[in-house]
Amino acid sequence: MSLASIASLDRRWIFLAVGLLVILPLAFGFHIAPVEPSPRSRGFYDAIEKLPEGSTVLLAGDYDPSTIAENYPMHLAAARHLMRRNMKIIALALYPAGPPLTDQVLHLVGEEFHKKEGIDYVNLGYKTGNELVMSSMGSSIPRTFPVDRRGIAVTQIPVMKGIQNYEQFALLVNVSAGFPGTKEWVQQVVSRYHLPMVAGVTAVSAPEYYPYLQTGQLHGLLGGMAGAAEYEALIERPALAMRGMDAQSLAHVFIALMILLGNLAFLGKQPARRA
Amino acid sequence: MTPSHDIGIWIAALLTLGIFSFLYRDNPVYKFCEHLFVGVSAGYYVVLTYFSSMKPNLLTPLFGHFGEGRNFLLIIPFVLSLFLFSRFFPRGDWLSRWSIATILGVYPALRITGFGQSDLVQQVGGSILPLWVAGDPLTSLNNTLLVAGLLATLVFFFFSKEHVGAVGGIAKVGVYFLMVSFGASYGYTVMARVSLLVGRVMFLLDNWLGLVRF
Repeated sequence: MSLASIASLDRRWIFLAVGLLVILPLAFGFHIAPVEPSPRSRGFYDAIEKLPEGSTVLLAGDYDPSTIAENYPMHLAAARHLMRRNMKIIALALYPAGPPLTDQVLHLVGEEFHKKEGIDYVNLGYKTGNELVMSSMGSSIPRTFPVDRRGIAVTQIPVMKGIQNYEQFALLVNVSAGFPGTKEWVQQVVSRYHLPMVAGVTAVSAPEYYPYLQTGQLHGLLGGMAGAAEYEALIERPALAMRGMDAQSLAHVFIALMILLGNLAFLGKQPARRA
Repeated sequence: MTPSHDIGIWIAALLTLGIFSFLYRDNPVYKFCEHLFVGVSAGYYVVLTYFSSMKPNLLTPLFGHFGEGRNFLLIIPFVLSLFLFSRFFPRGDWLSRWSIATILGVYPALRITGFGQSDLVQQVGGSILPLWVAGDPLTSLNNTLLVAGLLATLVFFFFSKEHVGAVGGIAKVGVYFLMVSFGASYGYTVMARVSLLVGRVMFLLDNWLGLVRF
């Protein structure tokens, strides 16, 4: 196959190849390379490890099914880590379709660690308003979220006892797909209320948050499925992300190769034809 | 190996395949799945917003607590929200401007303070770094690169002086730093898109076909 024929290759062959490179490792489960935690993932892990047992943590699951492949594994791993350390979890979502996913995560992990809804964790559900919700929570969480997702008044929920605003939280754990998410939590809560924060974000948005990491506004950052896999390795509980990384790595190598070949084919053309 | 007996899983799986069919070429099945997604999402969000925000935060405190202390201040946002619907009536559509003016007044004010603190003050502070850290050459190199990259990129975006001579040279270095940044962003974007495919394939192999348990 010449470089010229690559330039005219039907893109559907590339789609087919990427599809096969993703399906085969997942179907047959072969392993390519170990997952090595990065300092960013370790920062996420350490921020939770350093908290005293029984602390109260705000867990914001700001994503919906469109990014479930990246966000759900990190959400699940964070809930496991928090419940393993007997943290009280106050969960919420600023994405309309987020609360059912948060429910799924909390119920699944709650059963694993024998935690009870209302006593060890609560899902406050979704509230529209983006930054206004964050700001309002700084004044009063019970007024912002009068009832939880089940419709029970928060004043009657044991885990909410004494929770008035951000002062009662030891850490903010944010799983974010974009807006509203990590950037807004940093701007509205970390900068104003100085609540320590870690974030797990989609890969496409991860570079945007590196400056926050560098300035210490974020203590840790999980970027995409790779970040989730690193975190799963740290909590020693391999799950969805680690299973997906082999397919991810193979597809990456192939796409990198295609980019290289595509550029070589482009450079191989006559200068007049490039334009 | 047991395929799912759940009708919901089957619908989700067939819709996933319907969306993937676009990879071959645009077709009516893809169009149907796309329109179904838009319609269902819109309906879901309207109902959810009513039950999660309108009802508990506005309607119940305003109208629901008969005999108890009602929060009459909520009449203001209630009326303003009604004004938004005046856009449907040409003779009274000017009323919606009051609501929009309120939103435009409150929202930027709320964002500017947070943005100024976290994205300006903190970031300027974060870029004031020691260029030489004794006994730690890697950190020294990292800090130097960060400061040099920041200054070069700022010069590139400084358009009050023509980019020639020394200024042009520094701006060109800024372009290289920007290109590295775009490359990193693109790499992460590829990872994000492949992850979405991995997630769908996991769903099809596990939840639908039952071939593999993840």
